Amino acid sequence: MKGELLIKNVRLLDSRGEHGKADVLIGEGKILGLEGGDAERVLEADGLVLTPGLCDPHAHLREPGQEVKEELATGLLAALRGGYTDVASMPNTTPPVDTPEAVMALVEKARNLGYARLYPAAALTQGQEGKLLTEARLLKEAGAIMLTDDGRTNEDAGVLALGLSYAASWGLVVSVHAEDAGLRRGGVMNEGPLSYRLGLPGNPAAAEAARIARDLEIVRYVMSRREGQQPSTLLHVQHLSTRRGLELIRQAKAEGLPVTTEVGPHHLTLTDAALESLDPVYKVAPPLRTQGDAEALMAGLLEGTIDCIGTDHAPHTLAEKEQDLLRAPFGIANIEVAWPLLYTELVLGRGFPLPTLLERFTDGARRVLSLPPVRLEAGAEASLMLFDPHSERAVNPAEFASKAKFSPWAGWKLQGWPVMTLVEGRVAWAHERLGVGT
Amino acid sequence: MGAGVIAMEQSTEKPKHLLDFQGWSRAQVESLFETARMMQEVLERPVKKVPALTGFTVATVFFESSTRTRLSFELAARRMSADVLSFSGATSSMAKGESYKDTLLTLDAMGIDAYVIRVDAAGVPHQAVKWLGKPVINAGDGWRAHPTQALLDAFSLLERLGTLEGKKIAIVGDILHSRVARSNAELLPMLGADVWLCGPATLLPGELPKARLTTDLREALQDADAVMALRLQKERMDKGLLPSEPEYIAGYQITRERLGWARPDAPLLHPGPMNRDLELEGTLAESERSLVERQVANGQAVRMAVLYHLLVGRRG
Ligand SMILES: [Zn+2]
Repeated sequence: MKGELLIKNVRLLDSRGEHGKADVLIGEGKILGLEGGDAERVLEADGLVLTPGLCDPHAHLREPGQEVKEELATGLLAALRGGYTDVASMPNTTPPVDTPEAVMALVEKARNLGYARLYPAAALTQGQEGKLLTEARLLKEAGAIMLTDDGRTNEDAGVLALGLSYAASWGLVVSVHAEDAGLRRGGVMNEGPLSYRLGLPGNPAAAEAARIARDLEIVRYVMSRREGQQPSTLLHVQHLSTRRGLELIRQAKAEGLPVTTEVGPHHLTLTDAALESLDPVYKVAPPLRTQGDAEALMAGLLEGTIDCIGTDHAPHTLAEKEQDLLRAPFGIANIEVAWPLLYTELVLGRGFPLPTLLERFTDGARRVLSLPPVRLEAGAEASLMLFDPHSERAVNPAEFASKAKFSPWAGWKLQGWPVMTLVEGRVAWAHERLGVGT
Repeated sequence: MGAGVIAMEQSTEKPKHLLDFQGWSRAQVESLFETARMMQEVLERPVKKVPALTGFTVATVFFESSTRTRLSFELAARRMSADVLSFSGATSSMAKGESYKDTLLTLDAMGIDAYVIRVDAAGVPHQAVKWLGKPVINAGDGWRAHPTQALLDAFSLLERLGTLEGKKIAIVGDILHSRVARSNAELLPMLGADVWLCGPATLLPGELPKARLTTDLREALQDADAVMALRLQKERMDKGLLPSEPEYIAGYQITRERLGWARPDAPLLHPGPMNRDLELEGTLAESERSLVERQVANGQAVRMAVLYHLLVGRRG
């Protein structure tokens, strides 16, 4: 059989591990085989690594209404350049994505772009106001992959219980920004010795832990009313940032509760010490925590208590981020650097097992979204990332496809940069140096 | 101003900005006080003006209003013959879309030699340093730092006590939200003092590096060599951090009786503006114990010294 693209001498890596070198033949949107063959185009990929495409359960792509910060065209291209083939977008837009029509509009627009595939999350409550539930069933039919009021916190425990119960009956996971609004108050950084000294309002670790503890109780309650029905995941805790939050989830998982969680690249590679610079680029919610928290999160990622990496890609304009620390919005744009950053810092820097990291970027995230795992084998869908494990390049935000052309990692020298991303067999993006047109 | 000042200036490596006391050594602070003493002499003359900063332009950029601090800086600059450019505009009412950076770069295009910045949020003066190539003086940023206030407090204390070595200084009030407390807790220990910070539990930070924190007023005032009361913002009650004014008065007002816990001659300071009968009982501010007027007068001399050190030090 003649393929469209032959990737020669490429190292294969998927969640199960490394599978040596192969000549991967791609056609009809699939991996046709791993033993070469005729193809219209041939790519010599000696020294490069082929993996399933990355999957992000948490990105803010800002459409509709906040296109000044990001839009699908820039956010999904940024995703491709970061090695992502699948992205769940958050619904805290203007207006919030809370209707089937809004979901369909996003799906349609993203399909026409032909970049990374979009799986919109829809609001859990109408207008994300935390009061009345949205149309879970109709939203799911329209293409929504999860429900969440992210961007806000779910202050009413009763509403969250109703939402979890109802969403589960239609097979939708609910994800939560788990922070107690009363405890975090106006906190703009981690509460601790540094916030006291810098005179900045602190957001205590207890704000996250207290909210996770409450939400886990709600899950226990909802499960008690669903005798005999065991969803694989009911509640997804977004952007875990604290050691204590991790402990609570570890315990809940040991009990068998259908709970998943994610961690962001920034919470693994930066700490509150960065706020010493007083630069709002480091302002993120939940805040950058301590080195001890970051170490705990790495351990949680390794052992699997943390299911996946969620970027929480949250672009803003430079002018917004150049306000002061009290007024600048929360968020870091990171989808283009997430993989090389963690490959460099965790795998190369700390000996974190490469297949495990890849699992957390792929199948771990897919499990949260109820998407099937991807294996590098004949017949598998060819939505793939090709990355260069060797060449070192500094993060240069000016080159980002994202509209947010600044980064807390600017100047960091990273390895593992993606060089090509295929979506359903098509070269959706390739670095110029490969000489492969898209 | 004598040539001695200039000679002394050239002998030390000085920080380029005054944002807080990071990067400042005890020797540099003492050298600054040396200059401030000379400025005091200038202020005692019939003609209170020297040509030291002729040709320099100092911009006072107040994103948060503060008449006293602004006047003090502007007068200090004028008394050294600098030109003064005033910008004021609350952040909330700044033209739509105009950022701190836009504002500062616009001023910079007018040929400013030094910036005095006051703002209600921590960190803006630090950001300004990245945007401007000129000396920046922090005239108060949010809850974080107010270094010239701490300098004038320390200067006034030195005047009265002679030394701060081993002296117990109690600062009482809303420590959590106080840039004055933070800057004093940074500067006074550098000069040898033992700083105690005291206030209601809801208005204390968890810790500060060089200070002792307590909710017990007696413990803080006991045998103190000086006592400073801070201004209490009424909005703390609205935010639920304090039950009421009477509750604060009952626990933390500095009264004549409570001042008796301190050493007999312990001076009393207040950074102003004062809520009479809230932080301090009745007429304590006017009593012989009070340094409040000295603080204001010394503010002039200290700010002249700061401007002189940062501007002339750079040119020299
Ligand atoms: Zn969130």
